[in-house]
Amino acid sequence: MNELLLLGLADDELILGWRDSEWTGIAPMLEEDVAFSSIAQNEIGHARAVYELLADDADVLAFDRKPEEYRCAPLVELHLLDWGRTIARRCLYEVADEIRITALMEDDDARVAGLAAKINREEAYHRMHAEMWRERLADTPQFRSAVDELWRYALGVLPPKQREALAARLGREQVDAVERGTHDDAFAALHDEMTMVRRSAPAGAQW
Amino acid sequence: MVTAEQVWEAFDAIPDPEIPIISLVDLGVIRSVDVLDGHVRVEFTPTFLGCPALDVMKRALEETVSALGAKPDVHVIQDDSWSTDKITPAGREKLRAAGFAPPAPREASAPKLVQLQSDVFRCPYCGSTETKLENIFGPTPCRSLRYCESCRQPFEQFKTI
Repeated sequence: MNELLLLGLADDELILGWRDSEWTGIAPMLEEDVAFSSIAQNEIGHARAVYELLADDADVLAFDRKPEEYRCAPLVELHLLDWGRTIARRCLYEVADEIRITALMEDDDARVAGLAAKINREEAYHRMHAEMWRERLADTPQFRSAVDELWRYALGVLPPKQREALAARLGREQVDAVERGTHDDAFAALHDEMTMVRRSAPAGAQW
Repeated sequence: MVTAEQVWEAFDAIPDPEIPIISLVDLGVIRSVDVLDGHVRVEFTPTFLGCPALDVMKRALEETVSALGAKPDVHVIQDDSWSTDKITPAGREKLRAAGFAPPAPREASAPKLVQLQSDVFRCPYCGSTETKLENIFGPTPCRSLRYCESCRQPFEQFKTI
C-alpha cells in the first residue's frame, strides 16, 4: 500500500469537500446548492473511507494533524471566491481524480482496489455534474481563463508518471506543476476553522 | 442460543434511517451473518461512502444483536460489493409505492449523463416514462431529482450504483 499517495488522495477529498461546502446556501441556483453540497459531502465520505485504510480512527487523521502535515494538492485548498473558477477547478479535478482512481482499481492490495472501485462508481455522478457545467461554460472567457490559471495546479494532483494522461485527456501541454508539500496562507485559516470544534472539546468526548 | 435466522429476522425490522419504509435487509446492505459461540459476526456494506447514516446503521445492527443476547461484531466492508442491484424485489416495490423510483440495473460501466437525460425512467406515481432529469443530486447522495411531464409531479429517482 502506497500510504503517502493514499494520504494525499484522502486529504484532497477532505479539503476539496470542505472548500466546496463553503458554497452551501450561496450557490448561483437552488438546484446547484443541493448538488454541490451533496458532492462535497460525498467527497468527505471518500476521505473518511481512505483514512480508515490508513488508521483506526479517521478523525485523528482528518482533524488532529498540524497544517504542515496535510498532503493535499495546492489545487484543492485555493480559496476561490467566484463560481466560474470553482467550477473550473471541479472540472480539472474530476479528470485528474479519474486517472488516479482507475489506476488504484488495479492495485495489488485488494482493500485499496476494492475501495477504489466503489469510489469510482460514485465519482461517475460527480463527473456528470462537471460535464454539464463544462458544456454550459466552455465558451465563456471567464471559464477559459480560469482553466488556464488552474492548469499547473491540476497537474500537481497527480504523480509525474500520470500527468501525460491528464494532458492528453484535456488536450493541453504539460507545464511546471504546482507540487504537493506546501500550503498557501489561506490553508491555515481553513485548518483553524475545520478543527475548531474538535479542539474545543475535551479529549475522548463522545458526540 | 441465537440463530442466524433470528438475527436476519431482527435485522429485517431495522428501518433505513433515511427511508424508513424499507429495512436494512430490503436495502441489501447486510452481506453476511455468522453466529459462533454467542458472537454474531456481521458484514455490512455501505451504500454511498458519503452517506451520513452509516454510523446510525452500524449502531442499530450492534444494538439489535445485543438485544438478542449475543455479542455483536459488525465489520464495515468498503469495497464495490454493494450495488443498487442488491435491493430486494420487495424493497424495490416498497420504494416505488412510497414515491421513490427504484434504481435501474447496474451495467458493466458506470452510467453516463446521456442515459440520465434519456426518457427511460418511469414515474413512480403514474408509470409514464415522459420524465426529465432536474438534478443529478437530491436530498441524499443516493438520489436524483426528476420531473414527470405526464402527471406533473416531481419525484426522486434512486441512482444506480
